[in-house]
Formats: sequence, structure tokens, C-alpha cells
Amino acid sequence: MSAENTTVTDVVCPFCGSLCDDLEVEVEGNKIVKVKKACKLGKSKIMGHQRIETPMIREDGEFKEVTYDEAIDKAAQILADSKRTLSYGWASTSCEAIEKGIHLSEVVGGVIDSTASVCHGPTVLAVQGVGSPGCTLGEVKNRADLVIFWGSNPVHAHPRHQARYSYNAKGFFSDGKEDRTLMVFDVRKTKTADKADEFVQVEPGSDYKIFSAMRTILSGNEDVVPDEVGGVSKEKLIEIIEMMKKAKFGVIFGGLGITQSRCRYKNLENVISFVDEMNEHAKFTLIAMRGHYNIGGFGQVCAWETGYPFAVDFSRGYAWYNPGEATAVDVLNRKECDVVLAVAADPVSNFPRASVEYMREVPVIQVDPYPNPTTEFADVVIPAAVAGVEAEGTAYRMDSISIRMRKIIDTKFLSDEEIFEKILNKVIERKEGA
Amino acid sequence: MGKINAKLISGRTLDQGATLENKMSTEFVEATAICEMNQKNLDALGVSEGDNVEVKTDFGTAVVKAKVNEGNPDHIVFVPMGPYANAVTGPECGGVGMPIYKGINADVLPTDNPVLDVKKLFGVI
Amino acid sequence: MSLLIKNGIVYDPINNIEGEKMDIFVSDGKIASDAKDAKEIDVNGKLVLPGGVEGHTHIAGGKVNAGRIMRPEDSRRGAEPRSKLTRAYSGCSVPNVYATGYRYAKMGYTFLMEAAMPPMAARHTHEELIEIPIVDKGAMPVLDNHWMTMECVKDGDMDKLTAYIAWMLKATKGFGIKIVNPGGVEAWAWGKNVSDLHDRVPNFDVSPAEILKGLSVANERLNLPHSIHVHCNRIGSPGNSETTLETYGLLSDVKNDDRQVMHATHTQFHGYGGENWGDFCSKADEIAKYVNSHNNLTIDLGVVMFCDTTTMTGDGPHEFNLYRLTRRKWSNHDVELEVGSGVVPFVYGPKIPPHAIMWAVGIELPLLIDDPWKVMMTTDNPNGCPFTFYPQIFAQLMSKKKREAMLEEVHPVVNSHAILPSIDRELDWNDIAIMTRGAPARLLGIDKHGKGHLGIGADADIAIYDIAPKEVDPAMDYKSIERAFSYTAYTIKSGEIVCKDNEVVAVPKGKTFYVDPEIDDSVMDTMLPDLKDKFKECYSINMANYPVQDAYLPNPYKISTKGT
Repeated sequence: MSAENTTVTDVVCPFCGSLCDDLEVEVEGNKIVKVKKACKLGKSKIMGHQRIETPMIREDGEFKEVTYDEAIDKAAQILADSKRTLSYGWASTSCEAIEKGIHLSEVVGGVIDSTASVCHGPTVLAVQGVGSPGCTLGEVKNRADLVIFWGSNPVHAHPRHQARYSYNAKGFFSDGKEDRTLMVFDVRKTKTADKADEFVQVEPGSDYKIFSAMRTILSGNEDVVPDEVGGVSKEKLIEIIEMMKKAKFGVIFGGLGITQSRCRYKNLENVISFVDEMNEHAKFTLIAMRGHYNIGGFGQVCAWETGYPFAVDFSRGYAWYNPGEATAVDVLNRKECDVVLAVAADPVSNFPRASVEYMREVPVIQVDPYPNPTTEFADVVIPAAVAGVEAEGTAYRMDSISIRMRKIIDTKFLSDEEIFEKILNKVIERKEGA
Repeated sequence: MGKINAKLISGRTLDQGATLENKMSTEFVEATAICEMNQKNLDALGVSEGDNVEVKTDFGTAVVKAKVNEGNPDHIVFVPMGPYANAVTGPECGGVGMPIYKGINADVLPTDNPVLDVKKLFGVI
Repeated sequence: MSLLIKNGIVYDPINNIEGEKMDIFVSDGKIASDAKDAKEIDVNGKLVLPGGVEGHTHIAGGKVNAGRIMRPEDSRRGAEPRSKLTRAYSGCSVPNVYATGYRYAKMGYTFLMEAAMPPMAARHTHEELIEIPIVDKGAMPVLDNHWMTMECVKDGDMDKLTAYIAWMLKATKGFGIKIVNPGGVEAWAWGKNVSDLHDRVPNFDVSPAEILKGLSVANERLNLPHSIHVHCNRIGSPGNSETTLETYGLLSDVKNDDRQVMHATHTQFHGYGGENWGDFCSKADEIAKYVNSHNNLTIDLGVVMFCDTTTMTGDGPHEFNLYRLTRRKWSNHDVELEVGSGVVPFVYGPKIPPHAIMWAVGIELPLLIDDPWKVMMTTDNPNGCPFTFYPQIFAQLMSKKKREAMLEEVHPVVNSHAILPSIDRELDWNDIAIMTRGAPARLLGIDKHGKGHLGIGADADIAIYDIAPKEVDPAMDYKSIERAFSYTAYTIKSGEIVCKDNEVVAVPKGKTFYVDPEIDDSVMDTMLPDLKDKFKECYSINMANYPVQDAYLPNPYKISTKGT
């Protein structure tokens, strides 16, 4: 890279599922000095944070600095000798790295799961029950006159979503929010709800009932709906259904409010069925507000490689799928793994505390650019380049569109793709001979 | 001293997101070791914004700082996702891999105990 | 590796070789006139064919993966464990990328054309294609419901349309122009459809007929190796043969000395009479009559077999109708400014009258069409059935006895509403070789690029089947046909033995074929400003990030064309 000041354009943001690709990054002599057009989340990510500076292996409770080769050798040995590795995370790295990770799990006969299992896994389970009536984000921008966020707070979690794709975005058939109605359904009045044309407050854990009531009204059977459902009056629900039926193009963006609360995937089955049924009256779609920038990519790669989108168990030599059995938190709850491989994710922070305590008892290998609570539990730590900043690779946006992330600066760190290529080769050698 | 019973929701915030790849920092603790509730609920506890409160569920406890959010209805409290919220989140996954992160029955009460940094939270000296 | 395949009975229709006992030399990955230090394989009278060319199949990309994600029950059915050489298999109608490559190769296929690539999601298609082991491949971008296409057609601006198509082929690393329910898929973005060739597309005021004719002009101007590849309007509907024949007729006066000007795909799904499901019937005879009397049109079959499969097409409104018909789970994905798609699981049952007729139509068509060179053998995998049903389909085409056995098991409506029971014709080895090798290669235009034949210099892609054509009468011994075509004795790819007796023994990476049409900068410049505007105002991705980068074609095979 030159020592001059250059601006890299069309940069793909490696943070959330919006995967904005219009960022501009100013670089001065291999150092990022400014990020333009990004939201607070993307800017913070690309400007950079404290890093894991060198590979480490824990000896007698203390970390010892080692070389990449030493850490990779140690990790490969632990993985090759394991009976049931839990490989978890994978949402914040490239598809090319994910491919290697899945291959590795197949070779060691372990379990591989992504952060989806504690995020939109329930949405995926619902898709497996009733399907996915979706579209790309540009369809929303160009056509939608009714935008609904349900259990989703983009102002905090996907800050540029509304400007780029949904509420405020102008498109071919739309002048943006002038032509649009924004509805927000949530248990509390979020910043997103503040801006909505209509905010409907729902009682926690009542989304399933409300979707059922809506479907009942839509099918012409409102007489059997009670006067109040989940904190929402029947009159209100009828009014909402009438409005939806008049829409030219309605979209429901579903968030973690419906995946992480009571009924879990059943909520999604119900709202997806509602959207399907709405299509008899008006064009309606649903898009899941995927959290991490490449959690969609994990689902896509895993599906084309194994037939399943997450929670894959290779202990039989072929892919086995049974959510609840090979989902990461369940594997930890049952103390079933003998090794944990945490990649581009922080299970210690993001899983229930009781579930992660087991990680103190087994070897933990962490591959990540950043130190975090999982590092405190790790026995082998391998620092990675930041995908989308220091390494190229493919990522999938929340609407299943893939974009190639750029490499903006050089780095001393190996990419996840390189790390796992090496680990995979060493493991294959150890297990199957050269 | 007051105590309130509430439904606890955990989830994303801008500050939590901006520090999620910087979890060993004080900014991360400031972003995630908080509990948002409306002024009325804060008053019922007898605390002011910025005071320490203990969030207690069947699964554990966590000391965090009280914060006002008028968007919260009565008896709905919000702790950003992360190790503090998960200290009080249960491991049960309904047979589908997903813990209940939103809608947990919780008690919130004032406390003099300190907010732990991330290392201390996990018992690392 | 050098090979000498001795004593095979060779059918190589492109080179007019029809069941000759001859030796085939392989050297440096190509068919050669002789070879030094060749490893000898004496196949002793067994059938030797060029590697199979699958001209229209859904194996890679967004909707295929949507099918996989949606159907874990399908993935469970095809599971096979990994080996040192091979990755684990999964899936039956939506196999994983590894099972796709291994199974096709074990059946003797060496080239696959992905039938429908959404241009904005072309990168995804290519990511999956490069993971499919062994076979060479390509993909056809769907280009007919694009806003730019319709605007150019509306303005009658063929220069601009030609430039746009050229830009899209280059950006998607695509093979040719795929057309799917022209106009109907844009209507579906608003929840509607088109009802015939002359309907006006909402907001764009063009008709399906105008779109199709415009794209044909662009195709010929760019001198593409393949013609437009057309999925007609009104797929799957009773009485749709009327629209099908009218579609064919749109180009009846257009000629190209080297090849067809229209390739009509999965014609079985477009060959129906009747007004409703009650009087639904076969119109294969009318379709065949048209094909027999016109030399500028070719078809592929889209044969239906009785099975549990997954329908997946770019025809969004049709898939919505299948959802309404079956109330099975339904995935839909409309892609901005461009295309649509839908996926719905489907079971074809022999006792269900329309299904029995659909099966009959697929088998009638190749038996009623005189010239096998106009016919590509396909199942529109997996829409009609998974490609693994080919051996049973070949057996039915080669044996009236086999068809009679099947007719006993299906609903008797076929006796009154289909034609199959009255057809005596039985295809021979040469016909099968043409429909699965010679014709697909020629119709796609890849015969000039080493595919579909065993002439000197061709790619050494060879399929050797464990059956002796001189000793077996397929009409009587159809069970041997089913057995023999299930897997090869040897599959050879670029001169390397890759499969032997239903085992994968080597896993080379195949090449991705794509077409790079030459076009004058001045013509491109008439189109680019509009396209840039579209990216700025309408797309949700930046133009700089749109094209498929070289990283997704590590083994490219470029076909350059010079336009007029």
C-alpha cells in the first residue's frame, strides 16, 4: 500500500446484516484515518479496536505468546484428537473461511453451529415449516408503501436500514416516507417506534396470539376474536388488517423480539403464514433482520455444503440435523462436547451464564481478531485479520444478496480463511494420513 | 427500600454494538451493565438514574446501573445483550437451541454492590 | 494420463458414428489419434458415449439453496458419509453441491448448464458452481423482466438493448439469454401475472411478445453460441399449448444458418389442452407437429416422473399458484429490477389424473418429434423429477413394453386424454446418444468447444456403460437399460478416470464456461448512462460491487463472440 492518502470507495461494511456497500474509507500509509457514510457501528468497526496481538497457548493457567505455526499445530492436534468438537460462531467472517470451517467439522466428525441458533435460528426453523415469502431490499425501496418492523429496532441495530432500504429510502415507484406508512410493533416504545406513523404496543410473549388473531380476522372470522389480544384491542387489529389489505406492497421486517421470546419459532411460523395469506389480498413479503453481516452467508454456505443451514452434527460421517440436539447452547447444557472452537463470535458473553460454565472444563480454541470474555476461557488463541477490512471475502446481506468485501489495508495477521486452510490440512494429515 | 417485579428484555443498542468488538473496555461495561426502565419504576425503587441496582431472576443476579427510558411501559426493564444480561438468563432452549432472552421474570432492587468489570464477572482475577 | 479405450461400441452422433466398434485414444486431456504409453482399458463391446451434456438443470444458486434450506426432510433422504476422497452427500431433489457433482458424474454426465441465474445474485450461483466437483458447467442469466430490457423494448432501441445484454453477460459471467414468463414476473412483483403474449406489463407498457422478440434480436446481434432459451408464459396451466405455439410462431420467419433461433425449454410443462383440471389433456401432438415443420426451433423435454420432488423456477407467480394448489410450504424471492423465483415441494402421483397426463406428455414429445437433433433430454431437474430418474426415462423411450407396464399403474385418464398408449415408436441407442450428448452440445453451441462428441481434439469426456448394445435388445430387456444407465463402468473427465463402477475415484475441479460478447464502446456508451442512473436511484447495491469478480471463476473457459 502506498504511503499517500487514498480514499477507498464502494467499501462493504462488515458489521450488521444491512451490509451497506457505499462506504468510503480514507487510508494514510496503511492506516485507516476516516470512515465516511457509515453509521456509528460500522465506523467503530472499521476504525478498529484493541486486538489480540499474538497467538497464545495457555500453560499452567497463564497465556504464553507463541507463533502462528505453534498455535495452529496445537489447535490441529486438539481438534484431530477430539471426539466431539463444538465449532461455534462464524457469523462475522467470510464465506471462504466458513467453507473451510465446515470441511473441518466434517473431517473431525464434530458439530458446527452458527450464531443463528441464538438469533434468527427460529426464523429458519419456521421457514422449514412454512417457507419464506421474501424479496431483495431494493424491492422494498422501490415498491413498498407499507413498512412494518415487528420486534425489531433498526435505529439501534441496523442504523442505515431505513435510509437505504426501507422507510426513508426513495425508489422508482416511491418518494420515500412521503408515500409510506411505517408501523412498529414492540413491547416498548423504541427510537424506531418514535418515528412510526403507528406504534402498537404488545404484551411480552403475546406475538403468537396476535398473529393468530390477525389471520382469523383476515379469513373473515373476526367474530371469534376476543375484545383484546396481547394488549391490543380487537378494533385496532381489524383496522390494521383493513389497512394492510389496501397496501400495494407491504413488508414485515421481523426482529429478535419474535425469535427470542415465548413461542420462539412458532411466532415466525405464524407470521409467515399470515404473510402467505395476505398475498391473496395484497403483495406482502417478510424479511428477517439478520444481525451480523455474514450470518446469512453461514446459512447459505452450510446449506449448499451439507443440506442444512446450521446446527450440523457430523459424528455419523454425514450431516445430521436436529435443532435442539446439535444447537450450541444445548450441546453445552448437556456437557456433550470435549472441545469448543469459537470463531468470530463470543459465546461466553452471549450464551446464558449457566451454559458457558462447562467451557471451563474442556479445551477452548478461539479464533478472533478481538479479545473478549471467551478469551478468558480459551486455551489456544489465534488472532485473525478483520474480514472486510484486512481480508477480502464474500458476505451475504439479510436478503440473501452476496457482496464481495474489500481488503482496505495490509495486516500482519492471517485471515480466517488462511488459518483454517492450515488447520484443516494438518488435521487431515493427522487423522487420515497425507 | 423498593423492589419492583418486571419482565426483563435483553437486546441490541447502538452503544452495545459499537463496543461489542471491544468487550474488555470500560466503554463496554458502561454500554451493557445498565438497566433501563421508566421514571415511575425508578421512583418506586427509590433510586436515581446512575445508581446501582441488582437484577435478580431464577437464574442469577447482576449488578448494573439504573437508566431512564420513558419508552418502557411499567414493569418492563431492558438490559442490553451481553454478559450482564446473560448472568440472569436461563439455559433452557425449548428443544430448539434458543434460550428465552426476552420476557424473563425478574426482580429489580437497589444495591450497594459494585458493578463488576468483565473479568471479575467471570471470576478471573 | 494417456488412455486407450479398446473395443467399445461407440455412438458419437456429431461425428456420424453409430455403433461402430472402435478404439478411442486419449492424450493430454483430449481425444487423440494415438497416445504414447497409454493405459489400456478393454471395454469388450460395451457402450461408449461422449460425456453427457445436461442442457437445463437447477443445481446452483439462490432458489436451489432456498429449496435446501426449506427442506431438511429432503436433505435427510440422500445422506451418504464422507470418504477420504469425497465429501458427505445430502439430498435427493435438492442435493448438496458434492452429491450433485458426484451423482451426475457417476451417471456419465460431464457438462451441466444451470438453467436460471438471477443476475444480481450471480455471484451466489458461481460460488455454488465452483463447489460442484468434477463436471464443467455454465449458467444462464434471466434477462427478460428487467426494467432496462422492457424500457429498451418499449423504445424500440435495439442498440441499447444489445448493449445492456452484453453488459449483463459480462457482469454475470453468464452463458446466454434466459427468458422466464416474460412480463409476468414483473407483474408478480405487484402480486399479479400476465395472461397471454399480448398483455401489457403494468408500468412498462410492453407485451411478452415484444420482450421476447427484442431479446431475440439482441441475441442474434451478439452472435451468441446459443439461441434465446425460453420458459413460455402460462406454464403448467390447462390449455397453455395455445400460448406455447403462439410463442414459437413469434420467430417463425427468423433464420440463423448455424443453429435454432429459439430454444423452448421444459416443453412438457407447456403442452396441455383443456380449459380446467377436469378436461386437462395432452397436446404433445400439436407441439410435435410444429417442431416437425419448423427447422429454427428446438426444445428440451422436462419429463415428469412419479416422485416427491421440489419445484423451483424463476416463474414467481406460477410457484405462488402451486402453493395455493397444494398449501405446501412456499419460498419466494423477488429480485429488484430483474427477476423472481419460487420454490414449492411437490409430489407427482400416478393415480392423479393431471399428473398421469403430464408424465405422458413428457414421454410423448420425443416419440412424436421426428428429428432427435431438435430435442434435448431433460427433466428440468428437479421440477419434473430429479435427474437420477434418467435411466427409467431412457427405458421408457426405448421400450414400448416398459411403457405398457407403467401405463398399467397410472390413472386410466391417459387412455382418453393423452396419446402415449397409441405410440409404438421406440428410440434406439443413437437417438438417446443424440438427445443426451449431440443435440445438447450443438444446441448450446459448445460442440465447437470440445463438448458432446469424441472427434480428435474434443475434450476427453467419456462415459462407458456396462451394457453391450450389440447384444441387448432395449425394447425387450429394458431392465438392463435401467441398470446400465444408473452408473457408468467408467466416467472419464478431461482424460482422467473419475468414476468407476459407481465409485468416485478422482475429484478434479471442472471449468466454468461463460460467454464474453464483443461490443463497440460507442454502442455501450448509449446504454451506460441509463444503467448508472438505475444503480444510483433504484438498485440497493453499488454498480462497482455488482459484477461477478474473477475470484468466483478460478477455472474459467471464455467463449468470445463477435457481434454484427
